[in-house]
Amino acid sequence: MLTLKKKILGVAVPGLSGAAAFFSVASVFIILGIIFIGGIGNISWEFVSQAPREGMTEGGIFPAIVGTFWRVLLMSLVGVPIGTITAIWMCEYAPQNSPITRIVRFAVNTLAGIPAIVFGLFGLGFFIQFCGVEMDKMFAPEGVIQWAQPNILWASLTMSILTLPVVIVSVEEAIRNVPQELREGSYALGATRLETVLRVVLPNAVTGILTGAILAVSRGAGEVAPILFTGAAYFLPHLPEGLTDQFMDLGYHIYIMTTQSADVDGTKGVLFATTLVLLTLTFALNLAAITLRYHLRKRMIQA
Amino acid sequence: MNNESAKIETRDLNLFYGTTQALKSVSLSVQEREVTALIGPSGCGKSTWLRCLNRMNEMIPGVSINGGVLLDGVDIYGKSVDAVEVRKRIGMIFQKSNPFPQSIFENIAYGMRLQGINKHADLHVIVERSLRRAALWDEVKDVLKKSALALSGGQQQRLCIARALAVEPSVLLMDEPASALDPLSTSKIEDLICELKESCTIVIVTHNMQQAARVSDKTAFFFEGELIEFGATDILFTAPTKRKTEDYITGRFG
Repeated sequence: MLTLKKKILGVAVPGLSGAAAFFSVASVFIILGIIFIGGIGNISWEFVSQAPREGMTEGGIFPAIVGTFWRVLLMSLVGVPIGTITAIWMCEYAPQNSPITRIVRFAVNTLAGIPAIVFGLFGLGFFIQFCGVEMDKMFAPEGVIQWAQPNILWASLTMSILTLPVVIVSVEEAIRNVPQELREGSYALGATRLETVLRVVLPNAVTGILTGAILAVSRGAGEVAPILFTGAAYFLPHLPEGLTDQFMDLGYHIYIMTTQSADVDGTKGVLFATTLVLLTLTFALNLAAITLRYHLRKRMIQA
Repeated sequence: MNNESAKIETRDLNLFYGTTQALKSVSLSVQEREVTALIGPSGCGKSTWLRCLNRMNEMIPGVSINGGVLLDGVDIYGKSVDAVEVRKRIGMIFQKSNPFPQSIFENIAYGMRLQGINKHADLHVIVERSLRRAALWDEVKDVLKKSALALSGGQQQRLCIARALAVEPSVLLMDEPASALDPLSTSKIEDLICELKESCTIVIVTHNMQQAARVSDKTAFFFEGELIEFGATDILFTAPTKRKTEDYITGRFG
């Protein structure tokens, strides 16, 4: 009896676990396959270099690419320095395991677990309705709304808060990988803590900072929810020219074409192609991050 | 003990890691331009004592120190004394050579750049002088731009010595500087110690008693956080006054 049970389990367990593993691999290939087959036929130079026409059934996605580029760049310019400085503080300055360090770590972990749409609402409430309104009171002419509306600045800032944990965790790992002996060597030569951080710790953590930045960009590029209310636009006849302009965005473009299109069949090809472009972009960024991290690890082992 | 000519000395120095006492009322004075060796079994407090002399211990969380450490008669733990200034005057060589992952030149120039010396010509003069003093110049003079990590273990350790010498310290602390090196590299480091004592006061921690006997003028024996015996090296090794010292140097324990 027992042996029969064991025999059945002996077949069933590897079989089921193998099937489960196959399921996740198959999902990836099916998703990528469908998108690739559906999208590749519509990819052309015209597609990536021109604006949409005819209710988005014709033309390209150039403004969405440009919009995504600018918002990701702005996001990085704000988020990467703040995240890096936070990581430096946590590794080099904060007393280890003190209540304050634990609070910061708890905050970072919580930030990483907050649903993206909540960031969108936060951006709307904090940046637009609070910061924007206050800035208009100070800078804008009476009765003119300049900052208190969705724009690329608020969308980027919202996104930089969303990606902050990614940067912090990556930079922290890189900083902790810098051997303690190097810090001691620096202190023993009469360096202050700041000099040690700037001349020894940061140069040796630069690959980690880059990895963090790329991972943040790749995460940020694919998110739509945080920019729904803070700056993304359905269609714009011109590219964003300043911080107060709205912008088109790849992810948002997909969302719009899926839910708001008047001609579902007409936009289908464009929809697939846009998804393919977005996927390729995030995939390439992740690949770059993995390559960098690989080289970092290799260098650490050699040193 | 004649404290008049003491270069660096501790008075009733106690150190705690949390609640564990690692140094128990250690009073020891190091004379100028002498090599003082610290010996004793692992965990006896000799490295801990050494690291008190340039205030490296205070960066370890949970460490508390009381008692006095005097450099040229001034308490380096005094309120008005900056640890950074102390470390400029007291160089340190670590057990594991720790060159920065930069060029040989930049490694030596590091300490000078901290002091605001950035002109290449000035730096070059000091880099050459320091490398010559560390007996490394002839081996690396053509590859100053190469990464310091490409050097052999023994060369890396001499590079670290040159790097420390570049800031002109009057005291050099060495924490088992040759324990990871082959015999040839070790003997080069020992020769170097004998040359450097002309210009520096040297304190060296070593597990190798022959090494202590070869390079030092005075030897201190530590055991379980206490200074057991201190005296001229030739006397301590041939006619120790304390039983524990004799047991240790004759290899009966440790």
